[in-house]
Amino acid sequence: MDWFKRKKNSLQPAQKKDMPDGLWIKCDSCAEIIYRKELEKKYYVCPKCDHHFRIGYETYIDILCDEGSFKEFNKNLLSDDPLEFKDSKRYSEKYKATVKKTGLNEAVITGSATVDKQPVIMAIMDFRFLGGSMGSVVGEKISRAADKALELKQPLIILSSSGGARMHEGILSLMQLAKTSAKLARLARHNVPYISILTNPTTGGTTASYAMLGDVHIAEPGALIGFAGPRVIKQTIGQDLPPGFQRSEFVLDHGFIDFIAHRHELKRRLSHVIQFFLHQNEAS
Amino acid sequence: MALKKQKFVYDFEKPVVELENKISEMKEYALSTGVELTDDIKRLERKAKQLRKEIYSNLTRWDRVKLARHPERPYSLDYIERMCSYFEELHGDRKFADDKAIVAGLAQIDDYSVVIVGQQKGRDTKAKLHRNFGMPNPEGYRKALRIMQLAEKFNKPIITLIDTPGAYPGIGAEERGQAEAIARNLFEMSHFTVPIINVVIGEGASGGALGIGVGDRILMMDNGWYSVISPEGCAAILWRDSGHAPDAAEAMKVAANDLKNLNIVDEIIQEPEGGAHQDADKAAEIVKKTIIKHLNELLKIPVEQRIEKRIEKFSKMGAWKEK
Repeated sequence: MDWFKRKKNSLQPAQKKDMPDGLWIKCDSCAEIIYRKELEKKYYVCPKCDHHFRIGYETYIDILCDEGSFKEFNKNLLSDDPLEFKDSKRYSEKYKATVKKTGLNEAVITGSATVDKQPVIMAIMDFRFLGGSMGSVVGEKISRAADKALELKQPLIILSSSGGARMHEGILSLMQLAKTSAKLARLARHNVPYISILTNPTTGGTTASYAMLGDVHIAEPGALIGFAGPRVIKQTIGQDLPPGFQRSEFVLDHGFIDFIAHRHELKRRLSHVIQFFLHQNEAS
Repeated sequence: MALKKQKFVYDFEKPVVELENKISEMKEYALSTGVELTDDIKRLERKAKQLRKEIYSNLTRWDRVKLARHPERPYSLDYIERMCSYFEELHGDRKFADDKAIVAGLAQIDDYSVVIVGQQKGRDTKAKLHRNFGMPNPEGYRKALRIMQLAEKFNKPIITLIDTPGAYPGIGAEERGQAEAIARNLFEMSHFTVPIINVVIGEGASGGALGIGVGDRILMMDNGWYSVISPEGCAAILWRDSGHAPDAAEAMKVAANDLKNLNIVDEIIQEPEGGAHQDADKAAEIVKKTIIKHLNELLKIPVEQRIEKRIEKFSKMGAWKEK
């Protein structure tokens, strides 16, 4: 269980921006006041109610990958603002400001790593970067990760945390759904395992493409998972939504994810699934 | 000019429609009274034609969105009935239900036996409800997939007609896996061995459109729109006011020309003067001719090469820079 103990200094400064500052943190769910160090040690899971706080990619690397094994690739892919999009401000400026604020280059980080010594290709989305939205760069990085998994015949793991496709790149964002799905179809044809991990939230175009195309779908507890956002649905049908609607447990009940894994169990269960797929039966 | 009298008129169409109405009045008057008006009528007809050309070459993107939603615009079945010498609609996804927002079936276009899948809107209130305003549920996408798999099995090209304001955002749709149904179609359509031609005949809203929109050729009518979200949806989120939809349509570049410039659309299908709603027969004739041209090209490409080209086509989509 040494993966459970985190290094105190492994938190990057960017992480702090998403979490409230201070020594004490109030749980979003049960309002319990938690000592920050305690929460860190628990990978941001509330010790009282098991609420899973939203976390950044670097914490997931700590949780899932063997220490020091993650090697990022395609880090320098940047959006080109193909539409010269502008609402109240320019997309290109918003993008630059987001890069500066978060210290991230895009809403997904891809690389190679090992999980309990098993080599894998990993893509981890990060909600801090424009709501984890999928534009051209996210689509391209995921596609290249799938190509890499195929080339090396190593399992692909995509951890989603995304509000959906990025509006600022219009039709080009939409086409990333088709592109990533085509790459995953190719991977599937070569029997390379692909495991999709769904965290809070996974909605819109992300769900309508790679997040729902895994050989195995693993969700964190209580994550919002769906196609349309709850507000849109509520507005369309003009009535309240049932309790727990579009949460992991609801989606599991309706048959679209394979199992829910507590964050503290995520690596162990993921690792076993990978091991299972790679194991070759031989006559004794 | 064999124009039918238009019941529904947008503001930007008004000057020309008024002029055309005047011309037909003059014609009737000339006919009933025997007064010689031929020269005047001819002059006005030339003027109307010129005016129409001017108006339609200066449409904003939002005007195009409105034309794509024109209540008299031909829908999938209007095209199917005009293009095909044979059509047998097949119903149901064999799992849950028959979604009326998607029609699919066996068809004959000239010498080709093909499978056609299209989103279907309704014309009057009752039909609109019956068709759920052209917004499919998961069973619609699964029906489409089932029938496309038939095409794959029996080596029939697939034609899809895209015209939807979006996949239906409802409780049942979520319960039955709207996202999974769309994702599965993208996954499968990318690797079918038969040629696939997608035609955006009206509205192409988001994943709901793309769910039947992966193929070797993407064609788009010049008054269609296609984007990642509807202009209203985009405006509601980014401007916090859906009244800014015209701005969102401009910003997202949703028109056929834009998509051609962004290398998404392979060919723009020119509509009859004044839009497809002016002459459905002619519109269907043009669409049919274009489909057949592309079908001829695609059938000459060896299967494996065709699939590789299709994947490559989508791989290139997007814009990024590498430092």
